[in-house]
Amino acid sequence: MRIYLLGLFLLAFSQFACAAAKIENWQTPQGTRVYYVRTEGLPMVDIQVVFDACSARDGQQFGLAALTADLLDTGAGKWNADEIAQRFENVGAQFSVSSSIDMATVSLRTLTDKPLFDKALETMQVILTKPVFNEADFKREKNRTLAGLKQQEESPAELASIAFYNTLYGKHPYAHPESGVIKTVAALKSTDLRHFYQKYYVAANAIVVIVGDLSKQEAEQTAEKLVAGLPVGKKQEALPDVVMPLKSTQQHIEFPSTQTHVLVGLPGTYRKDPDYFDLYVGNHILGGSGLVSKLFKEVREKRGLAYSASSYFIPMLKPGPFMVSLQTRNDQTAQAMQVLNQTLTDFIAQGPTEAELVAAKKNITGGFAMRFDTNKELSSYVAMIGFYAMPLDYLDTFQQKIEQVTAASITDAFKRRVDPQLLQTITVGKSAEKSAK
Amino acid sequence: MNNRLLCAALLCLPAFTSSAETKVFEHKLTNGLKVLVKEDHRSPVAVSQVWYKVGSSYEPGGITGISHMLEHMMFKGTDKHSAGEFSRIIAENGGDENAFTGQDYTAYFQTMEASRLAVSFELEADRMRHLHLLPNELKKELQVVTEERRMRTDDNPQAKMAEQFNSIAYSNSPYKHPVIGWPADIANYTVDDLQAWYQRWYAPNNATLVVVGDVQTKAVFELAEKYFGALKPSDIKAIKPQTEIEQLGVRKMTVKVPAKLPSILMGYKVPVLKTAANAWEAYALEVLVGVLDGGSSARLSSELVRGKQIAVSASAGYGLTSRISNLFMLEATPAEGKKVSELESALKAQINKLQQNLISNEELQRIKAQVLASDIYQKDSNFYQAMQLGTLETVGLGWQKADEYVAKINQVTAEQVRDVARKYLLEDRLSIAYLEPQTINTRTEKKGAK
Repeated sequence: MRIYLLGLFLLAFSQFACAAAKIENWQTPQGTRVYYVRTEGLPMVDIQVVFDACSARDGQQFGLAALTADLLDTGAGKWNADEIAQRFENVGAQFSVSSSIDMATVSLRTLTDKPLFDKALETMQVILTKPVFNEADFKREKNRTLAGLKQQEESPAELASIAFYNTLYGKHPYAHPESGVIKTVAALKSTDLRHFYQKYYVAANAIVVIVGDLSKQEAEQTAEKLVAGLPVGKKQEALPDVVMPLKSTQQHIEFPSTQTHVLVGLPGTYRKDPDYFDLYVGNHILGGSGLVSKLFKEVREKRGLAYSASSYFIPMLKPGPFMVSLQTRNDQTAQAMQVLNQTLTDFIAQGPTEAELVAAKKNITGGFAMRFDTNKELSSYVAMIGFYAMPLDYLDTFQQKIEQVTAASITDAFKRRVDPQLLQTITVGKSAEKSAK
Repeated sequence: MNNRLLCAALLCLPAFTSSAETKVFEHKLTNGLKVLVKEDHRSPVAVSQVWYKVGSSYEPGGITGISHMLEHMMFKGTDKHSAGEFSRIIAENGGDENAFTGQDYTAYFQTMEASRLAVSFELEADRMRHLHLLPNELKKELQVVTEERRMRTDDNPQAKMAEQFNSIAYSNSPYKHPVIGWPADIANYTVDDLQAWYQRWYAPNNATLVVVGDVQTKAVFELAEKYFGALKPSDIKAIKPQTEIEQLGVRKMTVKVPAKLPSILMGYKVPVLKTAANAWEAYALEVLVGVLDGGSSARLSSELVRGKQIAVSASAGYGLTSRISNLFMLEATPAEGKKVSELESALKAQINKLQQNLISNEELQRIKAQVLASDIYQKDSNFYQAMQLGTLETVGLGWQKADEYVAKINQVTAEQVRDVARKYLLEDRLSIAYLEPQTINTRTEKKGAK
């Protein structure tokens, strides 16, 4: 979900930049915003309907939003789960529903050949507007969710991530896992899902994204058809603000694994953050650029302490996490954490060198075209722009904004936004081996 | 032929599925390097992949995982470039890069803005023949690979079960050992081992260069000649067949690991496209996987996860394009309150049904429709297209099989699906692993209240 882009490169490149940014936008009569990009060459289209209806809207019923989304294609209109699956798969269409913290996304990938397209679209429309939340389906999917939650507990990485969000966000709705926790999911009833659906799956709370080989007129009809059956409803209220932690904490979860998973971080940046580009480029240098980042070099290349060592910001509606992570053999956890913390605090104190900044800008700008060279990637960019109501020229101006970043602006932004005194640390692993060292 | 069948499946076949627009061009340099190019001008980018015919199934005992270890060492410098330079140069050119090792191949890739292809070619050509294998770099990277193994396998119950399963299901096939290698082998690689492996397999006549993207074929061939043309070929000796012996009865094992849910893995010995006496058998097995697990409408989801509600998840898999014969796999996790033994019976009943009854025409047509559509969707990704060509070429099937795939699937009949089920999905060819969860005790300690 991170964004990049940019391009100061050559002719073909700048032509592409223009084409990539050609997002058309309008509203359906019900007030749903539509974002459309025409791509040619393949007879297919990706359609997404995105609702502000995910785990941040769970209230105290953690897991409610995700289970509601799961139930959508298990029965709708007069069709059961089998009939729905057959309708899509008979025409080679791929349908899925996914949930993140901010967004519930209903996706369809289909061929554009009319009879095939029409059948897939009709099925999607009924799923969106007439899900039945039948009791038998509800029980089954709830049990499957509960099994999944149980299975999470066998993964040190999952346990670390759950504890990390909990620690960073406390009582904020970003604190709990998207699929909920066993206790709250077990308590859900099918009527809870129906009520959630009625409140959140409404036209005013949705956007439609269409990327593919459809004409503008076809795209208009498609969007209109998809949401026409939804009540207008109202847009959801803003989420509460994130409260920053007051001081550093450390939490260790004892777990019988061979490695200790380490997560360090704090609430970071949000989509419309004025510091976003400074933080983005800075993090690219620190731990966001794969095989060449500072963390990767210090932890892996120089010392062989971990297979992966990275950092990233997850920008959301409200500040999502800034997260630095690695996994290492239990008995060298202390050493690895020392290197991680040193690398991080040095970077906050000193910022990047001019050479590092130049290299990072070259990487981001030179790779601009690859960020959305498939329909699939382009759709998720457009969905991000639409959902977070970013300006339509976001892609066009991104390049300038990256170029405007300086070593001083990165240092300034990191100093203000990543206070070492407020970092939260989670470790999951076997500490007995640590002390035996 | 093709079109007629597809029309039946999809109501009406779009005209654009003709393969003319996505032609692959092949050129072989005099040193034996095969170059494959597929033009795709939708975006100004290109992926470049170098595939070597070597992977874990080439490895003898004692040095299992060495192909993967060498893959890591390929980033550690050459005569011209010091350790890490490769990645730095690619990054400065806006590139994405990495590498992957499988049972049958080791491959390296860069995705870049198309005009920078030369940057990738120069670096790949350099490390094809001029790698520096330094003891101090190996020492560190051994630790990295050991951490990778811990993360991927040792601390992952399902991966651990799969590793143990393969070691029992196969008797003498090299698919018996894990791609990442056994821990004792990883711990004892020497620079000499790696040097020997590198010398033996890394040569232009044991490699395929695949480029897909916004390029001109002729220019790519010229560029390949320029950078790779001077590399010397090696005398590559064919590896021994190591054909798996006949299995003489069902094999069962229990894997006890810290976990929360039980599960079952089942594998039947089957031929693959490369080894099948008749190619249709492999395509029929491919369709059979579709019947069981080709989407939410397929039988495992519809009948076991939904209908009987005996599983929370169930899947089937088959590696059509493996280099040597492998396993037709079933994997499932029982629903709360259901026993693994009940789930095993339910899975076997599914196999039995495939042996007794013909699949319906509707199911067969649905699978064909999905295959046709996927073939178009896959063209959305240069990377995937290059993967497909590289895999087929590297296992010795030839990239042309990519173009035949849709037509071959379309020729599969319901009778053929029943026949392969009867011939191969037999108890005597079956191995089963049961994951028996061991208690996980966790305890939380907090320091510094908020």
